[in-house]
Amino acid sequence: MKVSHQAIPTLAAPDEAARKAMQSLWTRPPGLIGWLCSTNHKDIGRRYIVTAFIFFGLAGLLAAAMRIQLAFPENHFLSPDLYNQFFTVHGTTMMFLFAVPIMEGIGLYLVPLMVGTRNVAFPRLNAFGYFAYLAGGLLLWGGFLVNAGADAGWFAYVPLSGPQFSPGHRVDIWADMITLTEISALVGAVEIIATVLKQRAPGMSLNRIPVFVWAEVVTAFMIIFAMPAVMVVTAYLAMDRLANVNTHFFNPAEGGDALLYQHLFWFFGHPEVYIIFLPATGFVSTIIETFSGRRIFGYTAIVLSLIATAFIGFGLWVHHMFATPLPLLGRTFFSASSMMIAIPSGIQIFCWITTLWTGRPRMQVPLLFVCGFILVFVLGGLTGVMLASVPLDLQMHDTYFVVAHFHYVLIGGAVFPLFAAFYYWFPKWTGRMLNESLGKWNVLTLFVGFNLTFFPMHILGLHGMPRRVYTYLAETGWGNLNLLATIGAGVIAVSVVLFIINVLVSLRRGAVADANPWLAPTLEWAVTSPPPAYNFYHPPSVADGQPLWHAPEQRPVVVGLSTEKREVLNTTIIDAVPEHRYELATDSIWPLLLGIVVGLTMTFVIFTAWAIPAGMFFSLVVLYAWFWRGNEPKFIVEAAKPKVEMSQPEAALAAQT
Amino acid sequence: MQSALSPAAAEAAHIYHLWRVFLCVMVAIYVLVAIVLFIAILRNRNRATDETGMELIAEPKQASERRATHVVSTLVIVTVLILFALLIADFFTGNAIYATPDPNALSIKITGHQWWWEVEYQDPQPSEVMTTANEIHVPVGKPVKLELQSTDVIHSFWVPNINGKKDLVPGHPTTTWFTGNRAGEFRGQCAEYCGEQHAHMRMVFVAQSRDAFGDWLKAQKKSAAEPRTESQRRGREVFLAAQCVMCHTIQGTNARARLGPDLTHIGSRIMIGAGEFPNTRGYLAGWISNASALKPGARMPPNQLSSDDLNALLDYLESLK
Repeated sequence: MKVSHQAIPTLAAPDEAARKAMQSLWTRPPGLIGWLCSTNHKDIGRRYIVTAFIFFGLAGLLAAAMRIQLAFPENHFLSPDLYNQFFTVHGTTMMFLFAVPIMEGIGLYLVPLMVGTRNVAFPRLNAFGYFAYLAGGLLLWGGFLVNAGADAGWFAYVPLSGPQFSPGHRVDIWADMITLTEISALVGAVEIIATVLKQRAPGMSLNRIPVFVWAEVVTAFMIIFAMPAVMVVTAYLAMDRLANVNTHFFNPAEGGDALLYQHLFWFFGHPEVYIIFLPATGFVSTIIETFSGRRIFGYTAIVLSLIATAFIGFGLWVHHMFATPLPLLGRTFFSASSMMIAIPSGIQIFCWITTLWTGRPRMQVPLLFVCGFILVFVLGGLTGVMLASVPLDLQMHDTYFVVAHFHYVLIGGAVFPLFAAFYYWFPKWTGRMLNESLGKWNVLTLFVGFNLTFFPMHILGLHGMPRRVYTYLAETGWGNLNLLATIGAGVIAVSVVLFIINVLVSLRRGAVADANPWLAPTLEWAVTSPPPAYNFYHPPSVADGQPLWHAPEQRPVVVGLSTEKREVLNTTIIDAVPEHRYELATDSIWPLLLGIVVGLTMTFVIFTAWAIPAGMFFSLVVLYAWFWRGNEPKFIVEAAKPKVEMSQPEAALAAQT
Repeated sequence: MQSALSPAAAEAAHIYHLWRVFLCVMVAIYVLVAIVLFIAILRNRNRATDETGMELIAEPKQASERRATHVVSTLVIVTVLILFALLIADFFTGNAIYATPDPNALSIKITGHQWWWEVEYQDPQPSEVMTTANEIHVPVGKPVKLELQSTDVIHSFWVPNINGKKDLVPGHPTTTWFTGNRAGEFRGQCAEYCGEQHAHMRMVFVAQSRDAFGDWLKAQKKSAAEPRTESQRRGREVFLAAQCVMCHTIQGTNARARLGPDLTHIGSRIMIGAGEFPNTRGYLAGWISNASALKPGARMPPNQLSSDDLNALLDYLESLK
């Protein structure tokens, strides 16, 4: 069947004047103030993506410095104190300021487009989420730049991170940064769940949701269950450390328990890995479907695998604690569950390879990154099965073997798909294509550099090199492999620089992108590149999971939404049958102000617990203005039900409404 | 030197065997996946464009979809079976390394400190208990029980050649076991990040014949040797008069503090500074004068001694074999 690169005309197509009026209705106010007030999901998503990528670059620079330090035994490039800050800030930034926010940011940009709506469910909350995240990032890096960088490792085990062994404010900054970034993660999760469950295009029943959207929803539910654990544990830590609170949650001398910290942390920490990985599998499914030219093989199996991963992901946190004094019986359980999680990941990989096998793959840059992903991630997954075994873990735990393993699953499982996603959606985001041949060099250098850097680390770990050492003695014989790893890190740096050059050049001179340059099947490609502020003049309706592949000559759409107010269509959770119209909140400065209040609260709480009541008071003032009557969104249930104007197959659906 | 791949104890050997089983299985799976992936992307690549430039999207055929479903389901079942087999292997290895402890085992208590190991050879008679630091000797063929504890932060005891690691969590004393099966000198080091000098919290591990071990233990249990030369005698006076006694013990003298390592037989140790420097006169002198210059963050304060005093002190310490 034939698919067009151009946007498919819709039924009831609006004229140019109507489009302009709609564009100005949905565009943020002009100028800097307008930019700060914006509640458009595309603005917010772009902010997350750009900010998170900057943090990726900064944390990468720290990694480069660490690799230089480790290139030779007993090197003096970094002092131990500085090195310990570097690896802590590197890990913390990559986990909290890069990986989670960028996955959510891409979700916040794409999910409304992919489900065929005009904005996320709670636009102001969404804007606030970004400011909370930014405040967290500024707090961590501000502290780092004034020599108060966290230095207790990215999981900051007590008692080392406690008041006795980490005086000063380095750990307080770390703990309060976590609260800010997790507020943001929770906000993003709420947005995605509400948007997907209530704002899907008519006809997009649960079994027609694009796999990427499923991945984002499952991830959002994981965030809601996982993040509170880390907010609690860092709040306990901050209270233990605050002089005028002085609790003893983790102080064994006063009946507290150091292992409690580890349980709470890893109850968040292990799901966190899947919170990063599942959206990436969503990228992979999307890209494989498009570039294979066939619908994804095993849609149901893939979606159920995502859900199974989310459940099992909460049942294996103890494999981070096999070396601690825990009862044996429990360890066997966690060993079995840790191996079990390989099954859903295996199912996804089998389905992807089958899709490629039975399709006609077009070898373009996004698909090349995806192939790199499979080759790297499978290795990381297999070493993960090794680490699930208690006896093997006792040798490999906290060594460079683990460092290698989690870089294989995180860079392999998230960064390769992320680059694939950048190349894939860049035209949609910017209206320009990224350069294809530069992109191929980008894939090659990343793949070679990555394996050169991290493969030797497996061997180093088996030869006894623990992680988080600022240097090592020449007698250990670890020098050669470390030097090799450092050379590999240089190649990775070249790859990232190639990517940045490609982005900067393509933004100005890249080929202009059509609406659907890759002949993709999902709804974000139905609108122009970049999309108009309102996304869809008339929300689309769909009849299957690949609406752009099976569309009739003209796409059926929903008419009857207001053109004077920012309205979206709410549909039912399971079958996406139209329910009512819903007016979204307008652009507003209050989310920024609330972000500033919360950011300042979490900054001052480093010094005094009185910041909390003060912050609550000011938050209340801001929220009062935020929810001032007249700002309220309105439900319109019966007055004017939206009409779904559809061609044949959807007639049945329209009859239901 | 320090490697999980050259076991020197029954426990490490069990783990090493399990490692080889896992490694073979994983390599086989990886190679298969990679081959299938390459075939999948190469067999039909770039066939999706017709002459008009309109690209073709294929509707999968039902028969081939059914076949693919059978293949994938079979693969999933095989995956489950492989994982189950690995779990059983894992279970038996786990049982072997956690076998019921021998009541006659040699018992050694190890306390983690920032950043050194206190080592105490237990004995039913309190006067026979022997304390040393950063150096563990064990007899080959005799079960050894390690009682592990920490009084400051979390450390992790790890000598890869003998067994997996075990965390020393404050408030949670624990034990681990091993039986050495070949003689040799190995290295271990702290595996849980414990602060500024985590990288250099190392230890020397010596597995030796029962006779050699017996001799070593007997020598270590003796009080410190009496000074034999004038310089050594002066060295002892320097030691007892300076701030050394605030932290260190030398059995047979009045120095009985336990904040730092026991120095009764410092002259017999292979390394100083928690396994970082060879025990030579030069390093010892540097360490005494300004430990944190050699090892940033080290807790031992600098000592301003005249060169005569320092030399005498070194003579004395080196005599403590």
